[in-house]
Amino acid sequence: MTRTVQRRRVVITGMGSVNPCGLTVPETWNNLLAGKSGISTIDRFDVTDFACKIAGQVKGFNPDLFIDKKEQKKMDIFIHYALGAAHEAWVDAGFDKVELSKAEREVFGTYIGSGIGGLSTIWDEANGYRGPRRTSPFFIPSLIVNLASGQASIKYGLQGPNSAVATACATGAHAIGDAARLIAFGYADRMMAGGSDSVINQLGVGGFAAMRALSTRNDEPERASRPFDVDRDGFVMAEGAGIVILEEYELAKARGAKIYAEVAGYGMSGDANHITTPAPEGEGGQRVMRAALKDADIAPEQVGYVNMHGTSTPVGDKLECMAIRKVFGDHANRIKVSSSKSMHGHLLGAAGGLETIITAMAVKTGKIPPTINVDNQDPECDIDVTANAAGAFDAEYAMNNGFGFGGTNGCLVLRKV
Amino acid sequence: MADVRKKVIAIIAEQLAKPEDSISESSHFVDDLGADSLDTVEIIMAIEEAFSLEIPESEQEKIRTVGDAIAYIEKHAKA
Repeated sequence: MTRTVQRRRVVITGMGSVNPCGLTVPETWNNLLAGKSGISTIDRFDVTDFACKIAGQVKGFNPDLFIDKKEQKKMDIFIHYALGAAHEAWVDAGFDKVELSKAEREVFGTYIGSGIGGLSTIWDEANGYRGPRRTSPFFIPSLIVNLASGQASIKYGLQGPNSAVATACATGAHAIGDAARLIAFGYADRMMAGGSDSVINQLGVGGFAAMRALSTRNDEPERASRPFDVDRDGFVMAEGAGIVILEEYELAKARGAKIYAEVAGYGMSGDANHITTPAPEGEGGQRVMRAALKDADIAPEQVGYVNMHGTSTPVGDKLECMAIRKVFGDHANRIKVSSSKSMHGHLLGAAGGLETIITAMAVKTGKIPPTINVDNQDPECDIDVTANAAGAFDAEYAMNNGFGFGGTNGCLVLRKV
Repeated sequence: MADVRKKVIAIIAEQLAKPEDSISESSHFVDDLGADSLDTVEIIMAIEEAFSLEIPESEQEKIRTVGDAIAYIEKHAKA
């Protein structure tokens, strides 16, 4: 017996985010275009002894709007953020006004990843440990990585594939790419996908600081995340969630859904080099971008904008720019890129979720959020990084990169519809 | 013993985020108060803590209503 697999088109029809630059996508988008930073001094715990005292904290989030009080304490804060973003995406896609049939729910799944999961819950539980008879039965289900997906599936009655990915800072990009493939190849019709993370606690900040990965520009929080600038000194950790509704194109069209962009291509690659250091010429980044272009079946010249991984680490930014030059060749002299992390910081596993949303908005509107804090552009990052003021582009395709510890890379190509 | 009743109801109200006046001695954790099996474990833990008790697992399974909990406490709590 032979089986012919037909590849279907997948589009983004709903988006939601909670992040340091906003509690909704429109608020975030406006702040990003205006070049506003969401970075501030950490107020969650006493930072006196910490080398890094700054982060991108979500401000003013009210879980009561999204989660029953009784349920809130059974979920780590990363799940609170995921459900906040999921709600916005759900309503944005119009599913609050549609009664989905049982058959439709069975092919509507969830794929929300997290880089780390409930580290705050682990920290609190371990600090208050009073023996095996006092460990809450909700400890495990409130912290495990796949419970953002699990809780969202329960809340919305989504009975299709229910999974999660944990690939560090590539999580969000991988979750959306994997979920899009489930739809493309017929394993689901609709997916809620993205990422969520919140580890602004002593272990999270101390752990990343111990790796010398974090910026210590503590006296100027808003200027600390400065991708592609010569004085960049590490990333600024942030928190939040970014979630999209993915839908098979014909179904979306048939119900008259608003379409932000098509997920036209998706690539994955491994560095096979070092747990935290990218390969010496950004080969992993090169491979993942080439894989995504091949998957989209387009030439590099067709891409007009790249939302870079661009974390503001000295080595990472340089190697990603080198990879852009290698992949795009002469077109690298014309292509526009930017790192929105300069404003919202690095949301870890949620980064790819939020940045896919930003890339989709860029494709839809032709506007590019800037890279702020580029006072002296590093000559080793000599591409158009949309420095300090929003830009524009006119092309059918845009790209979003996400690279994670462990040498794991993801890249999405979005197409204007 | 009215104190025990009051304290138990307060604990359950807190754990299940329900108003105290919606809870009575005859309330069944699962059938009446909407608790799941994990909620029930947590309620027992909170009662153990509040009354300095250690309720053996075999006994925990028999505590299904607010009244069951009060009766157990009255029988076993240190005076």
